[in-house]
Amino acid sequence: MSEIAAEPEGASRPDRTFIARLKDSDLLASFLSSKVTVAAGAVTIILFLAALLAPWIAPTDPFNPATNFLSDSLDPPSFIAGGDPRFLLGTDDQGRDMLSAILYGLRVSLAIGFCGVALGAAIGVGLGLISGYAGGWTDSIIMRIADVQLTFPAILIALLLDGVAHAMLKAQSRDESAFAVLVVSIGLSFWVQYARTVRASTMVEKNRDYVLAARLIGLTHARILISHVLPNVMGPVMVIATINLALAIITEATLSFLGVGLPPTEPSLGTLIRIGQNYLFSGEWWIVAFPSLTLAALVLAVNLLGDWLRDALNPRLK
Amino acid sequence: MIAFILRRLLASIGVLIAVGLIAFAMFRYVGDPVNQMVGIETSVQEREQLRHQLGLDQPTIIQAARFLINAARFDFGVSYQFKQPVADLIGARMPATLELALVASILSLAAGVPMGVFTALHRDSALARLFQALSLIGISLPTFLIGILLIYLFAVVLRWLPSFGRGDVVHIGSWWTTGLLTASGLKSLIMPSITLALFQMTLIMRLVRAEMLEVMRSEYIRFARARGLSERAIHFHHALKNTLVPVITVVGLQLGSILAFSIITETVFAWPGMGQLFLQSIQNADIPIMAAYLLLIASLFVVINLIVDLIYAAVDPRLRIQLHRAPV
Repeated sequence: MSEIAAEPEGASRPDRTFIARLKDSDLLASFLSSKVTVAAGAVTIILFLAALLAPWIAPTDPFNPATNFLSDSLDPPSFIAGGDPRFLLGTDDQGRDMLSAILYGLRVSLAIGFCGVALGAAIGVGLGLISGYAGGWTDSIIMRIADVQLTFPAILIALLLDGVAHAMLKAQSRDESAFAVLVVSIGLSFWVQYARTVRASTMVEKNRDYVLAARLIGLTHARILISHVLPNVMGPVMVIATINLALAIITEATLSFLGVGLPPTEPSLGTLIRIGQNYLFSGEWWIVAFPSLTLAALVLAVNLLGDWLRDALNPRLK
Repeated sequence: MIAFILRRLLASIGVLIAVGLIAFAMFRYVGDPVNQMVGIETSVQEREQLRHQLGLDQPTIIQAARFLINAARFDFGVSYQFKQPVADLIGARMPATLELALVASILSLAAGVPMGVFTALHRDSALARLFQALSLIGISLPTFLIGILLIYLFAVVLRWLPSFGRGDVVHIGSWWTTGLLTASGLKSLIMPSITLALFQMTLIMRLVRAEMLEVMRSEYIRFARARGLSERAIHFHHALKNTLVPVITVVGLQLGSILAFSIITETVFAWPGMGQLFLQSIQNADIPIMAAYLLLIASLFVVINLIVDLIYAAVDPRLRIQLHRAPV
């Protein structure tokens, strides 16, 4: 009974479906009004789908040694002279089909991006809620840490965390744990922005009547925070998460490019570019060019979407 | 004002001590320093002796205090990987990084401010739109992709510029080296500095543009027009001057991140600087170098932050009054 009594005023209304609410809002209209945004949305969806469906749409399995032959290595793309029709975008030094490698790499890059952003958001939102709700010295400590971290670029923090993880793990387990290490490094590098935003809105929300009502009926602080305050502070979090997704993808690509991210046996786009860079001078441009183009298109499209979302949801710009 | 400076100074020292303790924790608890320094055949007794020599058997607080005092004198011990003092290793590579960062900062300011002013004043011209589109790409693309693109264009296809290293360097004094005085040094500097400057440049351009648009709408610009001042005087004497306060802040704060991003640029162009050393230390779990680099960058950030705060307070009288009323 108590949950119904304390239902916050501005929370979701269950009698209207998501689609109906979307049609009513001007979000859809503002999306369709800009050609650049629509194009960015289309590119994002295509790349997300390609990553999701990689095991089914990739022409070959780039990680199966039984289907990769060294005799196929360094073949140019099929559309230029000397190309093999089996390999649309050519092959790399180990005879792997570039198109398949890119599809799988995209999958890895996006997976790390999403997990990293989710972890960062979870840490940031959690600490922001606690900080804003508790106030006092808890708030001071958390915000001081945030201030200090904010003075350093995220890439540097991610590099350091990565280095510490390297030092702690044995050499053999490094490759296996590379994925987790990257996700944690990215998550811990990007939590501050969420924490600051959520803290500010929590400080406003905690003085609202519905919180008071929830406390009067004897709900625990944890319960109030999670089921009542949290839904009301999530709006800006989604915008930050979208913009951070592009940053997380760049960070992962950069770390992998620098050689402290994913190993060549499980390449992300950054790893592929790192491998391809070695062949730039010998004329095999396609090994570096296609992963680079994919990464650039992905980051640019997600960035544009994030910019649009920020402007569309910002009431001051209307 | 003095109270403000003191408060800022104390906060900065607090941050440095905190970072120092993190560096100490890394040094002490991430892997065993003794194991890193000796070979497999070293006996237990010899290990214990080394442990005693390094003071690793003393209480943690004393170890931490000694670490901080040594760090303040820039003594970080010996690199696991190179078996040389960390201070020497970093010192030898510092000129390369500082030179690159300095040239990149100047470049980003020299190009970013005029581009920002231009895009604000001629919002609908084709060139302004081109700058805007370029800035979006500059802000979106990862640094290393831009570096690779430049290498492909100017080193592989056109063969105009070298793709790696510093070229010939000239020694100045006992330890400083510079590539600014030789032709090959200057040529080698072009691509890395552009790569490093591009992100800051787009940031400065967007900031100057936004600030200019804001200022041009204000009353005093309208008044300046009414006084019949020339457009040139209004734009550069009245408007641009007032946009420069936030620009100074951002440029100052970005100087630190230029140093951090130089890690990437140095890797792409095999530039023999501190960033490359730091990256090697990460790959080899060389904790003394990592700790030293962390503290060095932290001190730079703190000093820059402090200077920016002070300049800010000195330049903007409104802020000064605010600071008196509500202490930070």
